[in-house]
Amino acid sequence: MMTQYVHQPSFMTGDEFSIETFCLLNPDGELYEGAEEPALTREHARKLYQAMLATRILDERMMAAQRQGRLSFYMQCTGEEAAVVGAAAALDDADMIMAQYREQGALMYRGFSIDEFMNQLFGNELDYGKGRQMPIHYGSRKLHYMTISSPLATQIPQATGYAYGQKLAGEGHCTLTFFGEGAASEGDFHAALNMASVHQVPVIFFCRNNGYAISTPSTEQFAADGIAPRAFGYHMHVIRVDGNDALAVYEATRQARKIAVEQNQPVLIEAMSYRLAAHSSSDDPSGYRAKSEEEAWRVKDPLLRMQRWLAKKGWWSDEEEATQQETLRREVLETMKRAEKRPPPPLESLISDVYADVTPALQRQLDQLKRHIRRYPEAYPRGAKSLDLTLSSATDSQGEA
Amino acid sequence: MATMNMLQAINNALDIAMAEDEKVICFGEDVGIFGGVFRATSHLQEKYGKARCFNTPLVEQGIIGFANGLAAQGSVAVAEIQFADYIFPAFDQIVNETAKFRYRSGDLFNVGGLTIRTPYGGGISGGLYHSQSPEAYFTHTPGLKVVVPRNPYQAKGLLLAAIRDPDPVLFLEPKRLYRAAVGEVPEEDYQLPIGEAEVIKEGTDITLVGWGAQMEVISKAAELAEEQGIACEVIDLRSLLPWDVDTVAESVFKTGRMIVSHEAPLTGGFAGEIAATIQERCFLYLESPITRVTGLDTPFPLVLEKEYLPDHLKIFEAIRESVNF
Ligand SMILES: Cc1ncc(C[n+]2csc(CCOP(=O)(O)OP(=O)(O)O)c2C)c(N)n1
Ligand SMILES: [Mg+2]
Repeated sequence: MMTQYVHQPSFMTGDEFSIETFCLLNPDGELYEGAEEPALTREHARKLYQAMLATRILDERMMAAQRQGRLSFYMQCTGEEAAVVGAAAALDDADMIMAQYREQGALMYRGFSIDEFMNQLFGNELDYGKGRQMPIHYGSRKLHYMTISSPLATQIPQATGYAYGQKLAGEGHCTLTFFGEGAASEGDFHAALNMASVHQVPVIFFCRNNGYAISTPSTEQFAADGIAPRAFGYHMHVIRVDGNDALAVYEATRQARKIAVEQNQPVLIEAMSYRLAAHSSSDDPSGYRAKSEEEAWRVKDPLLRMQRWLAKKGWWSDEEEATQQETLRREVLETMKRAEKRPPPPLESLISDVYADVTPALQRQLDQLKRHIRRYPEAYPRGAKSLDLTLSSATDSQGEA
Repeated sequence: MATMNMLQAINNALDIAMAEDEKVICFGEDVGIFGGVFRATSHLQEKYGKARCFNTPLVEQGIIGFANGLAAQGSVAVAEIQFADYIFPAFDQIVNETAKFRYRSGDLFNVGGLTIRTPYGGGISGGLYHSQSPEAYFTHTPGLKVVVPRNPYQAKGLLLAAIRDPDPVLFLEPKRLYRAAVGEVPEEDYQLPIGEAEVIKEGTDITLVGWGAQMEVISKAAELAEEQGIACEVIDLRSLLPWDVDTVAESVFKTGRMIVSHEAPLTGGFAGEIAATIQERCFLYLESPITRVTGLDTPFPLVLEKEYLPDHLKIFEAIRESVNF
């Protein structure tokens, strides 16, 4: 870059720039004046909306199940379905997604079945993650969805690396990584953007700015105008989008993908939205935010907006909405009952996958554990079940503890 | 005396420290108005203001880097890392900076005013990333002190000692006991010594050593052994770095047997350090091999957590094997 010299000191703060928010649909589901409708087919648009709806219903049912004590933990995507599903819908299905944890909508869009969701949530023998991670830590190799990791922001530089590999592979794929505005404070975020820019990597950094990181409002998370201006520091393409407008998110991500894949340039997208639900089933937002604030956002519900747009186009109807909701609720409940009843993963899953092959030392530890469980089967119902031990017989006198 | 759970005892210690010394500053993710995700810092912002108790951005390396600087300046920094599982982004700041500040500057500068509080440990269905016991990564770091309380009384006394200690302290809080452990705690200011173990039960047949939440498990095993006529001496190390070799060796001279138990994996765990030191000190007095009852050499599981954990039955079996060796 050419250095320009001046002879009077002047300081800049970033207020010299202002970043607009791209939006297409108003809350009534009508296109804003001057807005251009993205070229979405009826089928594609319906698929997008159906994934949003299915995510909403899955979340409602599973949070209720958590409240009933059937599930240890849950996290909702509620309020952010447009951001998450809109982005997924703009990708090629073979593009990699590396999510944070609140993005089940993207997985829903790609066709993860309710059965697959449930198996993970209940950590049963069919869970791909073998019952090792807390609920909502999904992953799917066939759907190109990297398994979730709880430590925040770790997936962001990994996305840069993954996408660099995709660039070298030359198959025209990119990686999109989702993260919260809170996670964007981590050092990993900055490292990821800088490396992506320096190495010209086809990666899309998708920030869900939902206003909160647990109890911490975004006003205590950063002093700048959101996350978007950070792109300037790395000389990166950036767009801010209304995260409750599925069409706008779709279009922004579609164009970002073109930049990524055709020009090998990273893009930062900041989707402005709101976490309508609690942070997780362990959280109660009444301790840190006003109900009235939540209500103000509820009016901007992303599902309603998309539904109204679809209805205006004649692509969706109230009757269809009612039957779909009913069908989804039934499917979730029935699938949950099945998943709950399935046995846990076998005892061997304790020591597998630590390394590609089980080490002799680990095998010895497992053998010792098995001997112990045989002695006290009542104390380890899951282990005992896996060893096919019948309970309440031949138990050591201490075993009931 | 008042009845408090461990969170209340910790909150009370922070309150006393902040009231006494306006240099004491508490911060971390969500610790402000919300009082932390476990509520250990409840009401501190209300009482002492936003300048002394505040939310930080979500960046652990920043929290501890900031804390190092603040402590170097002469403030008393009490930084919270929301879960010990999330301390690793700050590993560099802790291991290369916190621990070496005094040494590398020839004592020109130090961060002795720093205390890092963080909840650790399993038994809460937390899976891989809400259950780990990372103490051994830090006990391998000269310059740090590592302290773990087992109950509310210990938590308050040890935390006050940690905050006022001239060296930086990593204070690991057994989160499984946050609400579960309830006990009598003096309302006034008191300190418990860092670097001294406590014999919490005397016995002649075998020495059982642990710290933090594992003490509850060890005590339960000792009760089972007692029913079989085996008298266990139970020692809470309380402080892992430095650790009280004399108290443990003294006990093993008497009992000739020892078991060490922790939730963290076996290999490279702190039990190995204790076992090695005690066999050096007590070799001719040992009647059976020193045994470690620990987690498996795997990441922390979820569904099979019960099977993984070194519970009282596993410790009891180890006691039986040791006395029948
Ligand atoms: C490294 C790390 N630090 C802290 C946490 C604990 N934690 C889990 S979620 C969360 C807030 C994240 O907020 P944000 O990134 O905005 O995502 P949102 O929950 O709003 O979707 C925190 C602090 C963690 N999981 N990992
Ligand atoms: Mg957020």
